[in-house]
Amino acid sequence: MNQLETAAHPENLRRVAIDPVSRVEGHGKVTILLDDKNKVHQVRLHIVEFRGFEKFIQGRPYWEVPVMVQRLCGICPVSHNLAASKAMDLIVGAKHLTPTAEKIRRLMHYGQILQSHALHFFHLCSPDLLFGFDSDVAKRNIVGVAAKYPDTARRGVLLRKFGQEVIRHTAGKRIHGTGSVPGGVNKSLKLAERDELLKDIYQMVEWSRDAVQLIKEMHSQNPALYNSFGSFRANLMSIVGNNGELDLYHGRLRGRDANGAIMFDAVDYQNYSQLIEEEVKPWTYMKFPYLKALGMEQGWYRVGPLSRLQNCDSIATPLAEMERREFVAYSEGELMHAPLAYHWARMIEMLFAAEMIKDLLHDEAILGSDLVVSGERAQEGVGVIEAPRGTLIHHYRVDENDLVTMCNLIVSTTHNNQAMNEAVRQVARTYLSGHEINEGLLNHIEVAIRAFDPCLSCATHALGKMPLQVELLDSAGATLSTLTRSAEGVLS
Amino acid sequence: MSDKTFVLDGKTIPYAEGQTIMQAAMTAGVYIPHLCYHPEFKPHGSCKLCTVKANGRQAASCTQLAQSGVVVESNTGELNDERRALLQMLFVEGNHFCPSCEQSGKCKLQATAYDLNMMSTHFDHFFPDRPVDASHSDYLLDFNRCILCSLCIRASRDVDGKNVFGLAGRGIKSHLIVNAASGQLADTDFTANDKAAQVCPVGVILKKRKGFAVPIGQRTYDLNPISAMPGVKQD
Repeated sequence: MNQLETAAHPENLRRVAIDPVSRVEGHGKVTILLDDKNKVHQVRLHIVEFRGFEKFIQGRPYWEVPVMVQRLCGICPVSHNLAASKAMDLIVGAKHLTPTAEKIRRLMHYGQILQSHALHFFHLCSPDLLFGFDSDVAKRNIVGVAAKYPDTARRGVLLRKFGQEVIRHTAGKRIHGTGSVPGGVNKSLKLAERDELLKDIYQMVEWSRDAVQLIKEMHSQNPALYNSFGSFRANLMSIVGNNGELDLYHGRLRGRDANGAIMFDAVDYQNYSQLIEEEVKPWTYMKFPYLKALGMEQGWYRVGPLSRLQNCDSIATPLAEMERREFVAYSEGELMHAPLAYHWARMIEMLFAAEMIKDLLHDEAILGSDLVVSGERAQEGVGVIEAPRGTLIHHYRVDENDLVTMCNLIVSTTHNNQAMNEAVRQVARTYLSGHEINEGLLNHIEVAIRAFDPCLSCATHALGKMPLQVELLDSAGATLSTLTRSAEGVLS
Repeated sequence: MSDKTFVLDGKTIPYAEGQTIMQAAMTAGVYIPHLCYHPEFKPHGSCKLCTVKANGRQAASCTQLAQSGVVVESNTGELNDERRALLQMLFVEGNHFCPSCEQSGKCKLQATAYDLNMMSTHFDHFFPDRPVDASHSDYLLDFNRCILCSLCIRASRDVDGKNVFGLAGRGIKSHLIVNAASGQLADTDFTANDKAAQVCPVGVILKKRKGFAVPIGQRTYDLNPISAMPGVKQD
């Protein structure tokens, strides 16, 4: 699996760097080593930023943690807020939340899934998918989509807006709210808030359904590309509900191998550290998690929509379930491994989120007033949630004075580290070898990374204007040429 | 109406003998920015935020007695510029991370900064190292947010009769301490019922395990700026 990770003789190769990778969250770069005949010898996706939340959360009171750690992200802060809250539920002894608290949290979470998936598909990826990976860069952005496909762009914007409104009503703010607290929530929905959301939800379900049709059409128009671009075989992991159903808020860990066979199931995520090990490599700040039982070489896996849709046995909402079945049937009993299938799976999840929001808005429990519970105090807790980008693990220890003494976070994108490296290597093998470097080629590599919707940081949301610098060096290391794309999208 | 009046920003303010400018203004519903002043305690005059010009001379309105016929200026560009600078210095001297602070929306420092349009901290941050004291079973002290207003000191001394809190050090090294050889709140006679537990205008003295209980939209300063409620007590 690690072919192309480390070249045998890097000293005689020329280096191409995409630094930073853009339209991903945070700072990352891709480096590629080529020989004089443009054959690829090494490809790496490096994550070059350091956040430090695990360290500076130490010494802070536990009830502050869900609000503080959500600042990790401006796109899906609800995920961190809820994962930390779930861990702190255990610290305060709240083993079972009140129905109102759990449903408000779920509503918040599905609102986030809806807005994050809509943002990723419509704002960030639809330009690549609608216009082509190497189409005119001046039009390959959401503004270009709005000009040529105004209805599609408008729906994307309004779907995201609706998801943000769900978050606002449940968390207090669209971004970085405070609704979820250890043991429950600090607010439920008022009748007027519920009715405001109910007014639009049916339209959102319909538009989500149309989005699934749109990505299906893209697959059917160019199956060779969608089924093979950057494809590689991988294990997968996610949480599933107690009956194997898709559940993005709570469940137990299940993993499958690349053939689809279940490797482990119903694993209590409190014991995640017995299942997962993390490896550190010197050329990146992001760790490489792997399944202990399989070891470093064979134990890496993929998370996120593509894994979840193929890991669960069913979806509780009818429209999404119908789409899931078609998705599974498409690959005729095999697991779908192509990164571009992430988009299809992601849109089915968006439909699931919209349907779940609709159902919850009809549930009187979300108007309740029984918000917080507590019980026997504990000193350690693990909270896991399926964030838009995949399985998110928060693990804390809290001392007898209520201060955090240990924090371990394994975020969704970290699980996908090896998988993203593999995708980039596949694309480099197929599209880079023997070709001259140009903007379209660079975008092919980024298209593969973007399919995972990585949360390295917020550059993902720079709408295609990622600054890039590519340097060509000869065998002796001398610069032959440099290609730079500025933050404004200007090539020089 | 009292026949004793002075003029504050063009408005006639009645006062009773012995009242300060601040007391008379609050009684009349007129806001003068302040942090270390609290109507239940003897004025301290240390934060200087309430500085006004009385007949052209600067004075702390919380300690300056009202006098008939005096012309007082408070809400002026010049004075508000100086107040903003004072606020900026308070922000950089401590560690005030509003985004994750449970007092956000209820904090007088934050509310005053919003009200005076403080758009940045301007000065270089000190980033002092001030560990949290979580030793007490019911309350936590987060010294990172202390602005040295001394309200807890006055409350403990004058109301609780305990002298739990005090200031140590001088000048820029001034800092809040508690009255125990160990330096830990748990080793003092502080209790949850103390007045000192309820007067902190920022987020230093916090009731444990209750953070973020009030939703956004319902916090003290969510609906109205601090200047719109001059007599509001810190909750």
